[in-house]
Amino acid sequence: MKTPVKTRKYIYGITLFFITLSGFGQMPVFKRYYIADIPGLGWLAQFYVTHIIHYIAAILLIAFVIYILFDFILRGARLNSVTRPGYFKIAILAGLIVTGVLMVVKNLPNIYFDHTAVIVLDITHLGFCMILLFVSLYSLIRKKSWVI
Amino acid sequence: MTSKLSRRAFLKGSITAAGSVVATTGIARAAKSITHEKEEPLATLLDISKCIGCEECVFACQEANADKYPEPEKPFPKMYPSRVPVEDWSEKRDVTDRLTPYNWLFIQHASATVNGEEIELTIPRRCMHCENPPCVKLCPWGSAKQEENGLSRIDPDLCLGGSKCKKACPWDIPERQTGVGLYLDLLPGLAGNGVMYKCDRCYNRLEKGEVPACIEACPEDVQTIGPRSEILKKAHALAREMNGYIYGEHENGGTNTIYVSPVPFEELNKSIEKGKGKPHLNKVKNMMADGTNLAKAMIVAPIAGLAAAFGKFYLSSKEDK
Repeated sequence: MKTPVKTRKYIYGITLFFITLSGFGQMPVFKRYYIADIPGLGWLAQFYVTHIIHYIAAILLIAFVIYILFDFILRGARLNSVTRPGYFKIAILAGLIVTGVLMVVKNLPNIYFDHTAVIVLDITHLGFCMILLFVSLYSLIRKKSWVI
Repeated sequence: MTSKLSRRAFLKGSITAAGSVVATTGIARAAKSITHEKEEPLATLLDISKCIGCEECVFACQEANADKYPEPEKPFPKMYPSRVPVEDWSEKRDVTDRLTPYNWLFIQHASATVNGEEIELTIPRRCMHCENPPCVKLCPWGSAKQEENGLSRIDPDLCLGGSKCKKACPWDIPERQTGVGLYLDLLPGLAGNGVMYKCDRCYNRLEKGEVPACIEACPEDVQTIGPRSEILKKAHALAREMNGYIYGEHENGGTNTIYVSPVPFEELNKSIEKGKGKPHLNKVKNMMADGTNLAKAMIVAPIAGLAAAFGKFYLSSKEDK
């Protein structure tokens, strides 16, 4: 009863792709730069659509991360089997999830966050996203795995 | 803390501002209001049957908010790509028949038949100050903010003028002025396009214990401001009294601007001029509802991940045996 590593990679990759794309869709850039004009990408300029897709991708990502984490623990895997880029990505993912969940809470009705806190959350969330993208790209190019 | 104080201050001021605040019948009632007020946003009630379309509210709004209006730097920086629209209202500051960055409130005209008689109605239109405002919640930079007293406003020092708030707003309320704001200091050619402007319900006047300028200036007492539950009670009583209709209570999940009209809003909506800077009076579904429902579903995500991991562990253990 093993989840093939390839399947995990595909699930993670596809989720990361959609969460990033819909995340950038929160900014009004796709229409300005004609990306939403490409057939099939018109939805990128529809803010409510990207908002929903971002939430759905976030649900999948959280479920997936929790699954991987507990699977790792239950298998009795060694902590030192996690590589340095792996630890770095885990920390960034944790930051993304925490700031993201706080932003979801902020968007609920009758919830008032301090204005400075909202700005900090927005910028931190975007910052974590950019770092994760760069580290993921680095890991992909240099073939750095999560675990040894 | 600030908003709590401002609401206290607002109530103190409102009690003395006769005819322009929610009715109070003595110290006990006022004290009750203050206690009640701590937890509740303020809403405004607009009795359309009273409005005579004199535009006193419009001019009062312009006067009270003149120092918040944009003073754009010209010439505007060239923006790329060329499809990015320049929106300049700085030479048309006296336009009052629609919403602009220099006119946050305007009077909409409608004609309707009541008891077989043709009547003209005038409707003050501005930001509805939604209970869960998409303009605030979906702003990517936190430039738009909602205060605990129920008003929403855009911070002109932070807004980049991307106009997402306008696209997210069911009534397309915010209006853009190019050539002003933070984007000029960042990458003016490549990102941003000015600042979005809309009614901020005179937040600075409320902080000082004064009522919004449009309410104070109205000679017909069209508008009333007070805790939302009290405003709704008044609105329903008024609607019963005039056999009328309510708009804003449930629109977009509920707003803090409640209109009462002797004519159904569907009829008013057919009659009013709609378009750029001229919002409709359609029924509006709760635009944030899908997001709110998914947020609840998000609670299930870690449980599902946990269940999958334990399920896999259980099956693996069984296989090993």
